[in-house]
Amino acid sequence: MLRADLQLIQDWIAPHSRVLDLGCGDGSFLAHLKTTRQIRDYGLEIDTANIQLCLEAGVNVLEQNMDKGLKNFGTGSFDTVILAHTLQALHRPDEIVDEMLRVGKNGILTFPNFAYWRHRLSLLTGGRMPKSPQLPYEWYDTPNLHHCTISDFDELCRLKNIKVLHRTVVDDSQHSSPLMRLCPNFFGINAIYHITR
Amino acid sequence: MEAPQKKIPADSVGLVAPQKLHFSEPLPLRSGRTIDQYDLMVETYGTLNSDASNGILICHALSGDHHAAGYYDAGNPKEKPGWWDCCIGPGKPFDTNRFFVVCLNNLGGCAGSTGPSSLNPETGKPFGPDFPIITVRDWVLSQARLADRLGIRQWAAVIGGSLGGMQVMRWAISHPERLRHALIIAAAPKLSAQNIAFNEVARQSIMSDPDFHQGRYYDFNTYPQKGVMLARMVGHITYLSDTLLREKFGKGAGENFGRDLRGGKLSFGFDVDFQIQSYLQYKGESFSKNFDANTYLLVTKTLDYFDPTVDYDGNLSKAFDKSACKFLVVSFSSDWRFPPERSREIVDALLQAKKDVSYLEIEAAEGHDSFLLPIPRYMKALQAYMNRVANECAGGKV
Repeated sequence: MLRADLQLIQDWIAPHSRVLDLGCGDGSFLAHLKTTRQIRDYGLEIDTANIQLCLEAGVNVLEQNMDKGLKNFGTGSFDTVILAHTLQALHRPDEIVDEMLRVGKNGILTFPNFAYWRHRLSLLTGGRMPKSPQLPYEWYDTPNLHHCTISDFDELCRLKNIKVLHRTVVDDSQHSSPLMRLCPNFFGINAIYHITR
Repeated sequence: MEAPQKKIPADSVGLVAPQKLHFSEPLPLRSGRTIDQYDLMVETYGTLNSDASNGILICHALSGDHHAAGYYDAGNPKEKPGWWDCCIGPGKPFDTNRFFVVCLNNLGGCAGSTGPSSLNPETGKPFGPDFPIITVRDWVLSQARLADRLGIRQWAAVIGGSLGGMQVMRWAISHPERLRHALIIAAAPKLSAQNIAFNEVARQSIMSDPDFHQGRYYDFNTYPQKGVMLARMVGHITYLSDTLLREKFGKGAGENFGRDLRGGKLSFGFDVDFQIQSYLQYKGESFSKNFDANTYLLVTKTLDYFDPTVDYDGNLSKAFDKSACKFLVVSFSSDWRFPPERSREIVDALLQAKKDVSYLEIEAAEGHDSFLLPIPRYMKALQAYMNRVANECAGGKV
Protein backbone atom coordinates (compact mmCIF):
# COMPACT_ATOMS: atom_id res chain seq x y z
CA MET A 1 0.00 0.00 0.00
CA LEU A 2 1.48 3.30 -1.10
CA ARG A 3 1.67 6.09 1.44
CA ALA A 4 -1.03 8.69 0.74
CA ASP A 5 1.48 11.46 -0.02
CA LEU A 6 3.26 9.23 -2.52
CA GLN A 7 -0.12 8.36 -4.02
CA LEU A 8 -0.66 12.09 -4.58
CA ILE A 9 2.81 12.62 -6.01
CA GLN A 10 2.39 9.68 -8.34
CA ASP A 11 -0.43 11.43 -10.16
CA TRP A 12 1.93 14.27 -11.09
CA ILE A 13 4.39 11.96 -12.82
CA ALA A 14 3.92 11.40 -16.52
CA PRO A 15 4.15 7.88 -17.95
CA HIS A 16 7.55 6.98 -19.44
CA SER A 17 9.21 10.02 -17.91
CA ARG A 18 12.70 10.18 -16.47
CA VAL A 19 12.56 10.49 -12.69
CA LEU A 20 15.37 11.32 -10.26
CA ASP A 21 14.54 10.67 -6.60
CA LEU A 22 16.88 12.53 -4.25
CA GLY A 23 17.15 10.45 -1.09
CA CYS A 24 15.27 7.52 -2.60
CA GLY A 25 15.33 5.39 0.57
CA ASP A 26 14.75 1.71 -0.08
CA GLY A 27 13.76 2.43 -3.67
CA SER A 28 10.21 1.17 -3.23
CA PHE A 29 8.60 4.34 -4.62
CA LEU A 30 10.77 4.24 -7.75
CA ALA A 31 10.06 0.53 -8.12
CA HIS A 32 6.35 1.31 -7.82
CA LEU A 33 6.56 4.07 -10.44
CA LYS A 34 8.39 1.68 -12.76
CA THR A 35 5.39 -0.62 -12.64
CA THR A 36 2.62 1.94 -12.72
CA ARG A 37 4.18 4.67 -14.86
CA GLN A 38 6.93 2.81 -16.78
CA ILE A 39 9.40 5.51 -15.75
CA ARG A 40 13.19 5.51 -16.18
CA ASP A 41 14.26 5.41 -12.56
CA TYR A 42 17.29 6.87 -10.81
CA GLY A 43 17.73 7.35 -7.09
CA LEU A 44 20.36 9.10 -5.00
CA GLU A 45 21.07 7.61 -1.59
CA ILE A 46 23.89 7.57 0.97
CA ASP A 47 22.55 5.10 3.50
CA THR A 48 24.25 1.77 2.77
CA ALA A 49 21.36 -0.38 4.03
CA ASN A 50 18.96 1.51 1.76
CA ILE A 51 21.34 1.19 -1.19
CA GLN A 52 21.36 -2.56 -0.69
CA LEU A 53 17.53 -2.59 -0.67
CA CYS A 54 17.52 -0.58 -3.91
CA LEU A 55 19.77 -3.16 -5.56
CA GLU A 56 17.45 -5.90 -4.37
CA ALA A 57 14.47 -3.97 -5.75
CA GLY A 58 16.26 -3.55 -9.07
CA VAL A 59 16.18 0.23 -9.20
CA ASN A 60 19.09 2.33 -10.43
CA VAL A 61 20.72 3.69 -7.29
CA LEU A 62 23.69 6.03 -7.12
CA GLU A 63 25.71 6.40 -3.95
CA GLN A 64 26.01 10.16 -3.93
CA ASN A 65 25.55 12.90 -1.35
CA MET A 66 23.17 15.50 -2.78
CA ASP A 67 24.50 18.04 -0.28
CA LYS A 68 27.65 18.09 -2.44
CA GLY A 69 25.58 19.16 -5.42
CA LEU A 70 24.09 17.67 -8.56
CA LYS A 71 26.72 19.01 -10.96
CA ASN A 72 27.14 15.61 -12.60
CA PHE A 73 23.56 15.69 -13.85
CA GLY A 74 22.97 17.47 -17.13
CA THR A 75 20.59 20.43 -17.43
CA GLY A 76 17.11 19.21 -18.32
CA SER A 77 18.20 15.58 -18.22
CA PHE A 78 15.18 14.54 -16.15
CA ASP A 79 11.46 15.18 -16.36
CA THR A 80 10.80 15.11 -12.63
CA VAL A 81 13.13 15.44 -9.65
CA ILE A 82 11.70 14.35 -6.29
CA LEU A 83 12.88 15.47 -2.87
CA ALA A 84 10.77 13.90 -0.13
CA HIS A 85 11.14 15.02 3.50
CA THR A 86 14.78 16.05 3.13
CA LEU A 87 14.72 19.75 2.22
CA GLN A 88 15.04 20.91 5.83
CA ALA A 89 18.05 18.64 6.45
CA LEU A 90 20.21 20.07 3.65
CA HIS A 91 22.92 22.68 4.06
CA ARG A 92 21.51 25.00 1.40
CA PRO A 93 17.88 24.16 0.61
CA ASP A 94 17.62 27.15 -1.73
CA GLU A 95 20.48 25.85 -3.85
CA ILE A 96 19.07 22.34 -4.09
CA VAL A 97 15.74 23.76 -5.24
CA ASP A 98 17.59 25.62 -8.00
CA GLU A 99 19.46 22.46 -8.90
CA MET A 100 16.26 20.38 -8.95
CA LEU A 101 14.76 22.76 -11.48
CA ARG A 102 17.95 22.88 -13.53
CA VAL A 103 18.26 19.09 -13.77
CA GLY A 104 14.53 18.43 -14.03
CA LYS A 105 11.72 20.07 -15.96
CA ASN A 106 9.68 20.00 -12.77
CA GLY A 107 10.24 19.18 -9.13
CA ILE A 108 8.21 17.61 -6.39
CA LEU A 109 9.13 18.21 -2.78
CA THR A 110 7.68 17.61 0.64
CA PHE A 111 8.61 19.03 4.03
CA PRO A 112 7.16 19.33 7.55
CA ASN A 113 5.43 22.69 8.11
CA PHE A 114 7.11 24.31 11.10
CA ALA A 115 4.19 26.74 11.50
CA TYR A 116 1.70 24.00 12.28
CA TRP A 117 -0.44 25.23 15.18
CA ARG A 118 0.78 22.62 17.64
CA HIS A 119 4.38 23.68 17.01
CA ARG A 120 3.38 27.32 17.50
CA LEU A 121 1.57 26.45 20.69
CA SER A 122 4.47 24.46 22.06
CA LEU A 123 6.83 27.41 21.54
CA LEU A 124 4.32 29.92 22.87
CA THR A 125 3.35 28.06 26.02
CA GLY A 126 6.30 25.80 26.82
CA GLY A 127 9.06 27.97 25.38
CA ARG A 128 10.75 24.81 24.11
CA MET A 129 11.56 23.67 20.58
CA PRO A 130 8.56 21.73 19.26
CA LYS A 131 8.57 17.96 19.07
CA SER A 132 6.07 15.89 17.12
CA PRO A 133 5.83 12.68 15.10
CA GLN A 134 7.39 14.59 12.17
CA LEU A 135 9.96 16.33 14.36
CA PRO A 136 10.85 13.72 16.96
CA TYR A 137 14.34 15.07 17.69
CA GLU A 138 15.90 17.16 20.42
CA TRP A 139 17.27 20.52 19.28
CA TYR A 140 20.84 19.23 19.63
CA ASP A 141 20.57 15.99 17.67
CA THR A 142 18.11 16.92 14.96
CA PRO A 143 19.25 16.38 11.36
CA ASN A 144 16.97 19.27 10.42
CA LEU A 145 19.11 22.36 9.82
CA HIS A 146 16.65 24.70 8.13
CA HIS A 147 13.08 24.47 9.34
CA CYS A 148 10.64 26.34 7.16
CA THR A 149 6.97 27.08 6.95
CA ILE A 150 4.57 27.00 4.06
CA SER A 151 4.68 30.80 3.95
CA ASP A 152 8.48 30.70 3.89
CA PHE A 153 8.52 28.30 0.98
CA ASP A 154 5.91 30.31 -0.91
CA GLU A 155 8.14 33.33 -0.45
CA LEU A 156 11.19 31.42 -1.71
CA CYS A 157 9.25 30.43 -4.83
CA ARG A 158 8.21 34.05 -5.36
CA LEU A 159 11.80 35.30 -5.00
CA LYS A 160 13.13 32.68 -7.39
CA ASN A 161 10.29 33.03 -9.91
CA ILE A 162 9.30 29.43 -9.36
CA LYS A 163 5.85 28.46 -10.50
CA VAL A 164 3.84 26.31 -8.08
CA LEU A 165 1.87 23.83 -10.19
CA HIS A 166 0.25 22.12 -7.23
CA ARG A 167 0.37 22.60 -3.49
CA THR A 168 -1.23 20.26 -1.00
CA VAL A 169 -1.08 20.16 2.77
CA VAL A 170 -1.83 16.99 4.66
CA ASP A 171 -1.94 15.65 8.18
CA ASP A 172 -0.09 12.78 9.84
CA SER A 173 -2.02 10.16 7.95
CA GLN A 174 -1.40 12.14 4.74
CA HIS A 175 -5.01 13.31 4.43
CA SER A 176 -6.21 16.80 3.70
CA SER A 177 -9.18 18.57 5.31
CA PRO A 178 -11.25 21.73 4.70
CA LEU A 179 -9.48 23.47 7.62
CA MET A 180 -6.09 22.75 6.12
CA ARG A 181 -7.21 24.05 2.77
CA LEU A 182 -8.58 27.18 4.39
CA CYS A 183 -5.50 27.94 6.46
CA PRO A 184 -2.66 25.69 5.32
CA ASN A 185 0.15 27.40 7.20
CA PHE A 186 -1.73 26.99 10.47
CA PHE A 187 -3.34 23.56 10.15
CA GLY A 188 -1.07 21.82 7.67
CA ILE A 189 1.44 19.34 9.09
CA ASN A 190 3.17 18.31 5.88
CA ALA A 191 3.49 20.34 2.69
CA ILE A 192 3.70 18.83 -0.78
CA TYR A 193 4.76 21.04 -3.67
CA HIS A 194 4.88 20.47 -7.40
CA ILE A 195 7.03 23.22 -8.91
CA THR A 196 8.51 24.33 -12.19
CA ARG A 197 10.20 27.37 -13.77
CA MET B 1 51.40 -43.50 2.98
CA GLU B 2 48.46 -41.83 1.30
CA ALA B 3 48.72 -38.16 0.37
CA PRO B 4 46.74 -35.94 2.76
CA GLN B 5 43.41 -35.05 1.19
CA LYS B 6 42.37 -31.46 1.63
CA LYS B 7 38.94 -30.45 2.77
CA ILE B 8 37.29 -28.51 -0.03
CA PRO B 9 34.69 -26.03 1.31
CA ALA B 10 31.06 -26.74 0.44
CA ASP B 11 30.67 -23.42 -1.38
CA SER B 12 33.68 -24.07 -3.62
CA VAL B 13 33.41 -25.08 -7.26
CA GLY B 14 35.70 -27.91 -6.19
CA LEU B 15 38.33 -29.48 -8.42
CA VAL B 16 38.58 -27.84 -11.81
CA ALA B 17 40.65 -28.27 -14.97
CA PRO B 18 41.48 -25.68 -17.60
CA GLN B 19 41.13 -26.36 -21.31
CA LYS B 20 43.18 -24.98 -24.16
CA LEU B 21 41.13 -23.85 -27.16
CA HIS B 22 42.80 -23.25 -30.51
CA PHE B 23 41.67 -20.47 -32.84
CA SER B 24 42.91 -20.55 -36.41
CA GLU B 25 41.12 -17.52 -37.84
CA PRO B 26 43.56 -14.57 -37.92
CA LEU B 27 42.89 -11.88 -35.33
CA PRO B 28 43.31 -8.32 -36.64
CA LEU B 29 44.86 -6.11 -33.97
CA ARG B 30 44.42 -2.44 -33.20
CA SER B 31 48.13 -1.89 -33.93
CA GLY B 32 47.54 -2.94 -37.54
CA ARG B 33 49.29 -6.25 -37.05
CA THR B 34 47.61 -9.65 -37.04
CA ILE B 35 47.90 -12.81 -35.00
CA ASP B 36 47.40 -15.67 -37.45
CA GLN B 37 46.43 -18.30 -34.92
CA TYR B 38 46.36 -18.53 -31.16
CA ASP B 39 45.41 -20.60 -28.14
CA LEU B 40 43.30 -19.43 -25.22
CA MET B 41 43.39 -21.14 -21.83
CA VAL B 42 39.88 -21.25 -20.46
CA GLU B 43 38.17 -22.39 -17.29
CA THR B 44 34.42 -22.73 -16.87
CA TYR B 45 32.28 -23.40 -13.83
CA GLY B 46 28.60 -24.33 -13.74
CA THR B 47 26.42 -25.38 -16.66
CA LEU B 48 25.26 -23.49 -19.71
CA ASN B 49 21.45 -23.62 -19.84
CA SER B 50 19.46 -24.78 -22.85
CA ASP B 51 18.99 -21.34 -24.39
CA ALA B 52 22.58 -20.32 -23.55
CA SER B 53 21.30 -17.30 -21.61
CA ASN B 54 23.17 -17.80 -18.33
CA GLY B 55 26.77 -17.30 -19.42
CA ILE B 56 28.86 -14.74 -17.53
CA LEU B 57 32.36 -13.72 -18.51
CA ILE B 58 34.98 -12.86 -15.90
CA CYS B 59 37.77 -10.60 -17.20
CA HIS B 60 41.03 -10.70 -15.29
CA ALA B 61 43.31 -7.83 -14.31
CA LEU B 62 47.04 -7.32 -14.80
CA SER B 63 48.39 -10.46 -13.17
CA GLY B 64 45.28 -12.68 -13.22
CA ASP B 65 44.60 -15.70 -15.38
CA HIS B 66 41.92 -18.24 -16.26
CA HIS B 67 42.05 -19.91 -12.84
CA ALA B 68 39.45 -17.78 -11.07
CA ALA B 69 37.96 -20.38 -8.74
CA GLY B 70 38.38 -23.85 -7.31
CA TYR B 71 41.38 -26.15 -6.93
CA TYR B 72 43.58 -28.27 -9.17
CA ASP B 73 45.11 -30.69 -6.73
CA ALA B 74 43.10 -32.65 -4.16
CA GLY B 75 46.30 -33.95 -2.64
CA ASN B 76 47.85 -30.58 -1.87
CA PRO B 77 46.45 -29.13 1.36
CA LYS B 78 48.46 -25.92 0.88
CA GLU B 79 47.03 -25.07 -2.55
CA LYS B 80 45.21 -21.75 -2.68
CA PRO B 81 41.99 -21.55 -4.71
CA GLY B 82 41.57 -19.43 -7.88
CA TRP B 83 42.01 -15.65 -7.66
CA TRP B 84 38.30 -14.75 -7.33
CA ASP B 85 37.16 -17.76 -5.37
CA CYS B 86 35.33 -15.55 -2.85
CA CYS B 87 32.89 -14.53 -5.59
CA ILE B 88 32.52 -17.71 -7.68
CA GLY B 89 30.85 -20.88 -6.42
CA PRO B 90 27.53 -22.36 -5.37
CA GLY B 91 25.60 -19.71 -3.43
CA LYS B 92 28.28 -17.06 -3.97
CA PRO B 93 27.61 -13.82 -5.89
CA PHE B 94 28.54 -15.45 -9.21
CA ASP B 95 26.49 -18.48 -8.32
CA THR B 96 27.60 -21.56 -10.23
CA ASN B 97 24.22 -23.19 -9.54
CA ARG B 98 22.66 -20.50 -11.71
CA PHE B 99 25.38 -19.20 -14.02
CA PHE B 100 27.82 -20.69 -16.49
CA VAL B 101 30.97 -18.83 -15.50
CA VAL B 102 33.74 -18.40 -18.08
CA CYS B 103 37.23 -17.10 -17.37
CA LEU B 104 40.20 -17.06 -19.71
CA ASN B 105 43.85 -16.17 -19.72
CA ASN B 106 44.03 -13.22 -22.07
CA LEU B 107 46.09 -13.18 -25.22
CA GLY B 108 49.66 -12.16 -24.49
CA GLY B 109 49.44 -13.80 -21.08
CA CYS B 110 51.81 -16.34 -19.61
CA ALA B 111 49.45 -18.95 -18.17
CA GLY B 112 48.92 -21.04 -21.27
CA SER B 113 47.33 -18.66 -23.78
CA THR B 114 49.47 -17.54 -26.70
CA GLY B 115 51.87 -14.85 -25.55
CA PRO B 116 55.48 -13.67 -25.77
CA SER B 117 56.79 -16.87 -24.19
CA SER B 118 54.97 -19.07 -26.75
CA LEU B 119 56.86 -20.48 -29.71
CA ASN B 120 56.63 -18.41 -32.86
CA PRO B 121 55.74 -20.96 -35.56
CA GLU B 122 57.76 -18.97 -38.11
CA THR B 123 61.03 -19.12 -36.19
CA GLY B 124 60.54 -22.04 -33.86
CA LYS B 125 61.72 -19.76 -31.03
CA PRO B 126 59.67 -17.86 -28.41
CA PHE B 127 58.12 -14.62 -29.72
CA GLY B 128 59.74 -12.52 -27.02
CA PRO B 129 59.69 -8.84 -28.02
CA ASP B 130 58.29 -9.75 -31.46
CA PHE B 131 54.92 -10.48 -29.92
CA PRO B 132 52.56 -7.67 -30.94
CA ILE B 133 51.25 -5.16 -28.42
CA ILE B 134 47.71 -6.20 -27.58
CA THR B 135 45.06 -3.66 -26.63
CA VAL B 136 41.91 -4.13 -24.56
CA ARG B 137 39.89 -4.01 -27.77
CA ASP B 138 41.92 -6.93 -29.18
CA TRP B 139 41.33 -8.94 -26.02
CA VAL B 140 37.62 -8.31 -26.21
CA LEU B 141 37.52 -9.37 -29.86
CA SER B 142 39.25 -12.62 -28.92
CA GLN B 143 36.78 -13.05 -26.06
CA ALA B 144 33.87 -12.54 -28.50
CA ARG B 145 35.29 -15.36 -30.61
CA LEU B 146 35.51 -17.49 -27.49
CA ALA B 147 31.82 -16.73 -26.85
CA ASP B 148 31.03 -17.86 -30.41
CA ARG B 149 32.95 -21.08 -29.81
CA LEU B 150 31.00 -21.71 -26.58
CA GLY B 151 27.68 -21.01 -28.29
CA ILE B 152 26.99 -17.89 -26.23
CA ARG B 153 25.41 -15.19 -28.36
CA GLN B 154 24.80 -12.83 -25.46
CA TRP B 155 26.39 -12.84 -22.00
CA ALA B 156 24.06 -12.42 -19.04
CA ALA B 157 26.87 -10.29 -17.62
CA VAL B 158 30.47 -9.36 -18.30
CA ILE B 159 32.36 -8.65 -15.09
CA GLY B 160 35.80 -7.39 -14.19
CA GLY B 161 37.87 -5.41 -11.70
CA SER B 162 40.65 -2.95 -12.51
CA LEU B 163 41.98 -3.79 -15.99
CA GLY B 164 39.18 -6.34 -16.08
CA GLY B 165 36.69 -3.49 -15.70
CA MET B 166 38.24 -1.83 -18.71
CA GLN B 167 37.50 -4.93 -20.77
CA VAL B 168 33.89 -4.75 -19.54
CA MET B 169 33.65 -1.16 -20.79
CA ARG B 170 35.04 -2.19 -24.16
CA TRP B 171 32.47 -4.99 -24.41
CA ALA B 172 29.63 -2.53 -23.76
CA ILE B 173 31.02 -0.15 -26.39
CA SER B 174 32.16 -2.53 -29.16
CA HIS B 175 29.68 -5.38 -28.80
CA PRO B 176 26.57 -3.76 -27.32
CA GLU B 177 24.21 -6.52 -28.46
CA ARG B 178 26.26 -9.23 -26.78
CA LEU B 179 25.76 -8.47 -23.06
CA ARG B 180 22.85 -7.63 -20.78
CA HIS B 181 24.80 -6.42 -17.75
CA ALA B 182 28.20 -4.81 -17.27
CA LEU B 183 29.88 -4.87 -13.85
CA ILE B 184 32.78 -2.42 -13.77
CA ILE B 185 34.69 -2.65 -10.51
CA ALA B 186 37.61 -0.52 -9.25
CA ALA B 187 38.31 0.72 -12.76
CA ALA B 188 39.03 4.00 -14.53
CA PRO B 189 38.01 5.33 -17.93
CA LYS B 190 41.71 5.55 -18.78
CA LEU B 191 44.99 5.76 -16.91
CA SER B 192 46.14 9.00 -15.33
CA ALA B 193 49.64 10.36 -15.86
CA GLN B 194 50.49 9.04 -12.40
CA ASN B 195 49.28 5.55 -13.34
CA ILE B 196 51.40 5.60 -16.49
CA ALA B 197 54.36 6.86 -14.46
CA PHE B 198 54.19 3.85 -12.15
CA ASN B 199 53.97 1.54 -15.17
CA GLU B 200 57.05 3.20 -16.62
CA VAL B 201 59.03 2.50 -13.45
CA ALA B 202 57.91 -1.13 -13.70
CA ARG B 203 59.02 -1.37 -17.33
CA GLN B 204 62.35 0.29 -16.68
CA SER B 205 63.00 -2.11 -13.81
CA ILE B 206 62.52 -5.07 -16.13
CA MET B 207 64.30 -3.66 -19.17
CA SER B 208 67.36 -2.56 -17.20
CA ASP B 209 67.87 -6.00 -15.69
CA PRO B 210 71.10 -7.40 -17.28
CA ASP B 211 69.27 -10.69 -17.79
CA PHE B 212 66.61 -9.06 -19.97
CA HIS B 213 68.60 -9.30 -23.23
CA GLN B 214 66.16 -7.03 -25.12
CA GLY B 215 63.40 -9.45 -24.28
CA ARG B 216 65.19 -12.49 -25.76
CA TYR B 217 66.17 -13.93 -22.39
CA TYR B 218 64.59 -17.27 -23.35
CA ASP B 219 67.39 -17.73 -25.93
CA PHE B 220 69.98 -17.14 -23.21
CA ASN B 221 68.32 -19.58 -20.87
CA THR B 222 67.95 -16.87 -18.29
CA TYR B 223 65.25 -14.61 -16.88
CA PRO B 224 65.16 -11.00 -15.57
CA GLN B 225 63.82 -12.05 -12.21
CA LYS B 226 65.23 -9.08 -10.29
CA GLY B 227 63.56 -6.70 -12.73
CA VAL B 228 60.16 -8.38 -12.49
CA MET B 229 60.49 -8.44 -8.72
CA LEU B 230 61.15 -4.68 -8.61
CA ALA B 231 58.29 -4.03 -11.02
CA ARG B 232 55.93 -6.01 -8.85
CA MET B 233 57.14 -4.33 -5.66
CA VAL B 234 56.32 -0.93 -7.09
CA GLY B 235 53.01 -2.18 -8.41
CA HIS B 236 52.13 -3.84 -5.14
CA ILE B 237 52.54 -0.57 -3.21
CA THR B 238 49.92 0.99 -5.46
CA TYR B 239 47.49 -1.86 -4.80
CA LEU B 240 47.51 -1.34 -1.04
CA SER B 241 46.57 1.65 1.09
CA ASP B 242 48.57 3.54 3.68
CA THR B 243 45.92 2.63 6.26
CA LEU B 244 46.26 -1.06 5.52
CA LEU B 245 50.05 -0.97 5.77
CA ARG B 246 49.79 0.82 9.10
CA GLU B 247 47.46 -1.85 10.41
CA LYS B 248 49.45 -4.72 8.99
CA PHE B 249 52.87 -3.57 10.13
CA GLY B 250 52.08 -1.54 13.23
CA LYS B 251 51.47 -3.27 16.52
CA GLY B 252 48.75 -1.35 18.33
CA ALA B 253 47.61 0.03 14.99
CA GLY B 254 48.14 3.71 14.36
CA GLU B 255 50.81 4.23 17.00
CA ASN B 256 53.91 3.77 14.92
CA PHE B 257 52.66 4.32 11.36
CA GLY B 258 53.25 0.67 10.44
CA ARG B 259 56.97 0.93 11.11
CA ASP B 260 57.30 -2.39 12.92
CA LEU B 261 60.91 -3.53 13.09
CA ARG B 262 61.83 -6.96 11.83
CA GLY B 263 64.65 -7.77 14.23
CA GLY B 264 63.59 -5.61 17.16
CA LYS B 265 66.34 -3.01 16.66
CA LEU B 266 67.95 -0.92 13.93
CA SER B 267 70.84 -2.52 12.03
CA PHE B 268 72.62 0.72 11.04
CA GLY B 269 73.25 -0.91 7.70
CA PHE B 270 71.36 -1.39 4.45
CA ASP B 271 69.75 -4.68 5.38
CA VAL B 272 66.09 -5.15 6.08
CA ASP B 273 65.15 -3.15 9.18
CA PHE B 274 61.37 -2.86 8.84
CA GLN B 275 58.73 -5.54 8.34
CA ILE B 276 57.35 -3.80 5.25
CA GLN B 277 60.69 -4.29 3.48
CA SER B 278 60.72 -8.04 3.85
CA TYR B 279 57.01 -8.26 3.07
CA LEU B 280 57.45 -6.34 -0.16
CA GLN B 281 60.52 -8.32 -1.16
CA TYR B 282 58.70 -11.57 -0.47
CA LYS B 283 55.70 -10.46 -2.56
CA GLY B 284 57.91 -9.33 -5.43
CA GLU B 285 60.04 -12.42 -5.36
CA SER B 286 57.24 -14.97 -5.29
CA PHE B 287 55.49 -13.14 -8.14
CA SER B 288 58.65 -12.98 -10.23
CA LYS B 289 59.03 -16.76 -10.19
CA ASN B 290 55.73 -17.31 -11.96
CA PHE B 291 55.25 -14.40 -14.30
CA ASP B 292 56.80 -13.77 -17.68
CA ALA B 293 58.68 -10.47 -17.95
CA ASN B 294 57.54 -9.79 -21.52
CA THR B 295 53.91 -10.36 -20.55
CA TYR B 296 54.33 -7.87 -17.72
CA LEU B 297 55.75 -5.29 -20.14
CA LEU B 298 53.00 -5.96 -22.63
CA VAL B 299 50.12 -5.70 -20.17
CA THR B 300 51.40 -2.41 -18.72
CA LYS B 301 51.27 -1.09 -22.30
CA THR B 302 47.75 -2.46 -22.71
CA LEU B 303 46.81 -0.45 -19.62
CA ASP B 304 48.56 2.71 -20.80
CA TYR B 305 46.88 2.54 -24.23
CA PHE B 306 43.36 1.96 -22.96
CA ASP B 307 41.15 4.86 -23.97
CA PRO B 308 37.63 3.95 -25.08
CA THR B 309 36.98 7.53 -26.18
CA VAL B 310 39.58 7.45 -28.93
CA ASP B 311 36.97 6.90 -31.67
CA TYR B 312 34.50 9.31 -30.07
CA ASP B 313 36.27 12.69 -29.97
CA GLY B 314 37.47 12.02 -26.45
CA ASN B 315 33.88 11.90 -25.20
CA LEU B 316 33.15 8.93 -22.94
CA SER B 317 29.38 9.32 -22.93
CA LYS B 318 29.41 9.31 -26.74
CA ALA B 319 31.41 6.09 -26.57
CA PHE B 320 28.64 4.49 -24.49
CA ASP B 321 25.90 5.82 -26.78
CA LYS B 322 25.12 2.45 -28.41
CA SER B 323 25.51 0.38 -25.22
CA ALA B 324 22.34 -1.55 -24.49
CA CYS B 325 23.25 -3.23 -21.21
CA LYS B 326 22.67 -2.15 -17.62
CA PHE B 327 25.64 -1.12 -15.56
CA LEU B 328 26.85 -1.61 -12.02
CA VAL B 329 29.91 0.46 -11.11
CA VAL B 330 31.73 -0.13 -7.83
CA SER B 331 34.66 1.71 -6.27
CA PHE B 332 36.51 1.47 -2.95
CA SER B 333 37.20 4.38 -0.62
CA SER B 334 40.90 3.69 -0.04
CA ASP B 335 41.78 2.83 -3.65
CA TRP B 336 44.31 5.43 -4.73
CA ARG B 337 45.31 3.66 -7.94
CA PHE B 338 41.81 4.02 -9.42
CA PRO B 339 40.09 6.14 -6.77
CA PRO B 340 36.31 6.59 -6.52
CA GLU B 341 36.39 9.78 -8.56
CA ARG B 342 37.63 7.78 -11.55
CA SER B 343 34.63 5.46 -11.22
CA ARG B 344 32.36 8.48 -10.93
CA GLU B 345 33.71 9.68 -14.29
CA ILE B 346 32.39 6.43 -15.75
CA VAL B 347 29.06 6.83 -13.94
CA ASP B 348 28.64 10.43 -15.07
CA ALA B 349 29.33 9.46 -18.69
CA LEU B 350 26.74 6.69 -18.42
CA LEU B 351 24.20 9.11 -16.92
CA GLN B 352 24.85 11.56 -19.71
CA ALA B 353 24.32 8.74 -22.20
CA LYS B 354 21.03 7.98 -20.39
CA LYS B 355 22.03 4.42 -19.50
CA ASP B 356 20.75 2.37 -16.59
CA VAL B 357 23.46 2.53 -13.94
CA SER B 358 23.91 1.89 -10.24
CA TYR B 359 26.98 3.06 -8.36
CA LEU B 360 28.43 2.00 -5.03
CA GLU B 361 31.37 3.44 -3.15
CA ILE B 362 32.43 0.74 -0.69
CA GLU B 363 34.16 1.82 2.51
CA ALA B 364 37.25 -0.41 2.70
CA ALA B 365 40.82 -0.06 3.98
CA GLU B 366 42.40 -2.54 1.57
CA GLY B 367 43.09 -0.12 -1.30
CA HIS B 368 42.87 -1.19 -4.93
CA ASP B 369 43.11 -4.86 -3.96
CA SER B 370 39.72 -4.54 -2.22
CA PHE B 371 37.99 -5.72 -5.38
CA LEU B 372 39.50 -9.20 -4.88
CA LEU B 373 38.45 -9.51 -1.25
CA PRO B 374 35.27 -10.76 0.43
CA ILE B 375 34.32 -7.39 1.95
CA PRO B 376 30.83 -8.01 3.41
CA ARG B 377 29.00 -5.00 1.93
CA TYR B 378 30.62 -5.58 -1.46
CA MET B 379 29.70 -9.27 -1.48
CA LYS B 380 26.10 -8.51 -0.45
CA ALA B 381 25.75 -5.92 -3.20
CA LEU B 382 27.13 -8.24 -5.90
CA GLN B 383 24.86 -10.99 -4.63
CA ALA B 384 21.76 -8.78 -4.83
CA TYR B 385 22.60 -7.49 -8.29
CA MET B 386 23.48 -10.91 -9.70
CA ASN B 387 20.38 -12.45 -8.18
CA ARG B 388 18.30 -10.21 -10.42
CA VAL B 389 20.50 -11.02 -13.39
CA ALA B 390 19.92 -14.73 -12.72
CA ASN B 391 16.17 -14.22 -12.44
CA GLU B 392 16.16 -12.66 -15.90
CA CYS B 393 17.98 -15.70 -17.29
CA ALA B 394 15.37 -17.98 -15.79
CA GLY B 395 12.87 -16.04 -17.89
CA GLY B 396 14.69 -17.35 -20.93
CA LYS B 397 15.37 -13.87 -22.28
CA VAL B 398 17.81 -14.44 -25.14
